[in-house]
Amino acid sequence: MLPILSVKNLKVYFSRGKKIIKAVDGVSFFIKQGETLGLAGESGSGKTVTALSLTKLISEAKFLGGEVVFKQKDILKLTSPQLQKIRGKEIAYVFQNPVSSLNPVFRIGTQMVEIIRLHQKKNKKEAKSYALEMLERVGIPDAEKNFESYPHQLSGGMNQRVMIAMALSSQPSLLIADEPTTNLDLTTQAQILELLQKIRREQDLSLLFITHNLEILKRLVDRLAIMYAAQIVEFGESLFTRPLHPYTQALLSAQPGYEGRRQILKGEVPSPFDFPSGCRFHPRCPFKKAICEKEEPPMQEREKGHFVACHLK
Amino acid sequence: MNKLTLFGISIIAVLILLAIFAPLISPYNPQAIDVDNILSPPSRTHILGTDSLGRDLFSRMVYGARVSLEVGLVAVGVSLIIGVLFGSLAGYWGGRVDSLIMRFVDIMLCFPTFFLLITMVAFLKATVFNIMLIIGLTSWMGLARLVRAEVLSIKERDFVRYAKAMGAGNFKIISRHILPHTLPPVLVAAILGMGGAILTESALSFLGLGVQPPTPSWGNILMEGKAVIDIGWWLTLFPGLAILLAVLGYNLLGEGLRR
Amino acid sequence: MFSYFLKRLLNLIPLLLGITIISFAVIHLAPGRPAYLKEMDPRISLEAQEQLIKLYDLDKPLFKQYLNWLKRVLRLDFGNSFVDGRKVIVRIRERLPVTLLINILSMVLIIVVALPIGVISALKPGGLFDKWTTFFVFLGFSLPGFWLALLLMLLLGIKLNWLPISGLKSFDYHQLSFWGKNLDIIKHLILPVSVTAFGGLAGFSRYVRGNMIGVLKQNYIRAAYAQGINKGRIVYKYALKNALLPLITILGLSIPGLIGGSVIFESIFAIPGMGRLLYNSAVARDYPMIMGGLVIGAVLTLLGNLLADLCYAWADPRIKCK
Repeated sequence: MLPILSVKNLKVYFSRGKKIIKAVDGVSFFIKQGETLGLAGESGSGKTVTALSLTKLISEAKFLGGEVVFKQKDILKLTSPQLQKIRGKEIAYVFQNPVSSLNPVFRIGTQMVEIIRLHQKKNKKEAKSYALEMLERVGIPDAEKNFESYPHQLSGGMNQRVMIAMALSSQPSLLIADEPTTNLDLTTQAQILELLQKIRREQDLSLLFITHNLEILKRLVDRLAIMYAAQIVEFGESLFTRPLHPYTQALLSAQPGYEGRRQILKGEVPSPFDFPSGCRFHPRCPFKKAICEKEEPPMQEREKGHFVACHLK
Repeated sequence: MNKLTLFGISIIAVLILLAIFAPLISPYNPQAIDVDNILSPPSRTHILGTDSLGRDLFSRMVYGARVSLEVGLVAVGVSLIIGVLFGSLAGYWGGRVDSLIMRFVDIMLCFPTFFLLITMVAFLKATVFNIMLIIGLTSWMGLARLVRAEVLSIKERDFVRYAKAMGAGNFKIISRHILPHTLPPVLVAAILGMGGAILTESALSFLGLGVQPPTPSWGNILMEGKAVIDIGWWLTLFPGLAILLAVLGYNLLGEGLRR
Repeated sequence: MFSYFLKRLLNLIPLLLGITIISFAVIHLAPGRPAYLKEMDPRISLEAQEQLIKLYDLDKPLFKQYLNWLKRVLRLDFGNSFVDGRKVIVRIRERLPVTLLINILSMVLIIVVALPIGVISALKPGGLFDKWTTFFVFLGFSLPGFWLALLLMLLLGIKLNWLPISGLKSFDYHQLSFWGKNLDIIKHLILPVSVTAFGGLAGFSRYVRGNMIGVLKQNYIRAAYAQGINKGRIVYKYALKNALLPLITILGLSIPGLIGGSVIFESIFAIPGMGRLLYNSAVARDYPMIMGGLVIGAVLTLLGNLLADLCYAWADPRIKCK
């Protein structure tokens, strides 16, 4: 089956003064129809920039290269009007800060109706009843009342449900959730995750789920990609059980409830102004060899559907 | 440093030179009345023309630079003293002191600027010093707010806590550890304030409520020029340009320092 | 909303008291007794001096003086003008409407002109348009408003003879038709209103620009793009409403400058408003008039700020719904 989205060698560079920041530097992955792909990594590794550039939401980028093929079209080559037909309609987003992602000066209902009528042929009345239906579907009690509310009157969790309702209202084929539960308290986190899972089951929806929290991903995703220093270092199904890259191993061993010897990583995440030569992980790698400093490791399929970029065997 | 900042500095440098060397630079006595040369347009003998008493405009403007420079310095000096004192008291002590001082600032800001100015002028004698004092007394509120905000953020910093823990007194903490850190933004505000003070003084003098003739100031030259605006355009054009340039100089310098 | 309103009203009381205290302090600016009594200003007749002593109870202790004065101020009794003996409050009431009209018109002008300038420069900070407007803003900050008024008067009034330069009405006003009368007043207002507005233009367009740049960086703007809304709608509906809210407060804060400016511009254009009244009173040392004008001017500013706050509360759902 063809993947619904495939990203090849994506590069996003920013400039700050005379320096170049390589926020995403040669990222490739794909998402299959109906699956959930997790994208994990420490903050600053380029996850969010990757997510945003999938529909060219990075207008301030100095350089945007590679391919993002979605339903046989290269998104990076589309014009603004073409992009507007994909954003929110075919590819929808749910962001990290639900409260600040909704416009504070418009009612929730107004914002929902605007999006619904933007992507679907509905008159105001139809759009309103559809919005109410969506609010109920994402588990918002008293939809009629909350339709008239402003974002600040609802909790973070409720706002995130609204964002999800808006994202799902036009039945997108791909939902990109960028740390959707990070700023919520634990109980709310669990509820939102449950909601996302329920929706995925009901709808034939592909999901790209981005987080630094591996615990969440373990329960939610079909496959996992690990990002480190603007690149994907490991990618596949069996990462949780058989991690091959030393970085993935270290991340997993840092999880609570991990049985076995914990690896503590030395050093810090490298600066995007100046990445190390060769394998970008080598200064922190406990198993590094001479070749790791010189040559960038290629992405190889070690097992079926399990890719890793590492010189170690 | 960018070109505009440099331009600002050179304007102010010229202003300072004019003020210091006024007697050497001005070709005529600024008060010398010359009935044979009333309202003569700019010419070789009077490069900027003469006024309705035949006095040389250029010479009067050179001496006017003294007033403008002084007003900027003294008025801002007064507002600095009040603003820094109130601002640091409010920011450092907080609580009642803070709300009392800030309320006072709010109240002062309720008065339409020029209403307060001309009222005070009417009650005091319009000497150059009083004018400068009054401008200072009515323009310290912004500085107080600025200093308060800076002090509030600095007093939470570790080095201040450390100084406190080491037993430093309040006065020493404020003067040694806090105020020096507020200097950059306060300096910018002070320089911008000098431009503002020049504008205020010239407006007051233009209204006849500021620096009193025969002492020349750019504002009162404009006032005298207004009476003959239809036949002596130079008396309106040049002093105004001088004010514009001087204020622009301070604004450019202030903006340049902000970065 | 109601409790917010109540709170703001209660807040007014200390501010009003403060205004009276400061105004009262101005009378006593000089150490000891008021300067005008010490100096024996020849412009004040002996009779006027006695009137002053009586009006402000200057022969009584300070606290008593203030209380008596406050009692009368609360009844809007500022005494009678030295110049024509009429009641201060009556004279102010006559002059106030013109000043308010000019200030309101110039506020409208400021908004209409500065808003698009600010928004367009915010769309491309550092772009060509932004650079030019920054330049003009600097010029605007440095330009003495009264000088601009003189230049416009010289050019448009005297040299080209397009606009009248003094007063509110022409000599033949009474012979004009209804529309002619209106047109006449409008013509007289063009210069004063534009010059009054000029002072606020530079600052206001800067605020619009700054706010707009800030808002365009917010999460909800990125989210709106991600939802496929087009740029024009995002800028002019989603971003603008957010950027405009704080500007209501800024407009409120600009009131003292505007009203204060009326002293200068009404004097230049010989407009019979409150600013000119106050100016003439200052020149004539008409103390009851000056004190009345000062207190009324401050109270007007206070009310203007209150109005701005209420507008803000009404427009911003984050306050309205509390």
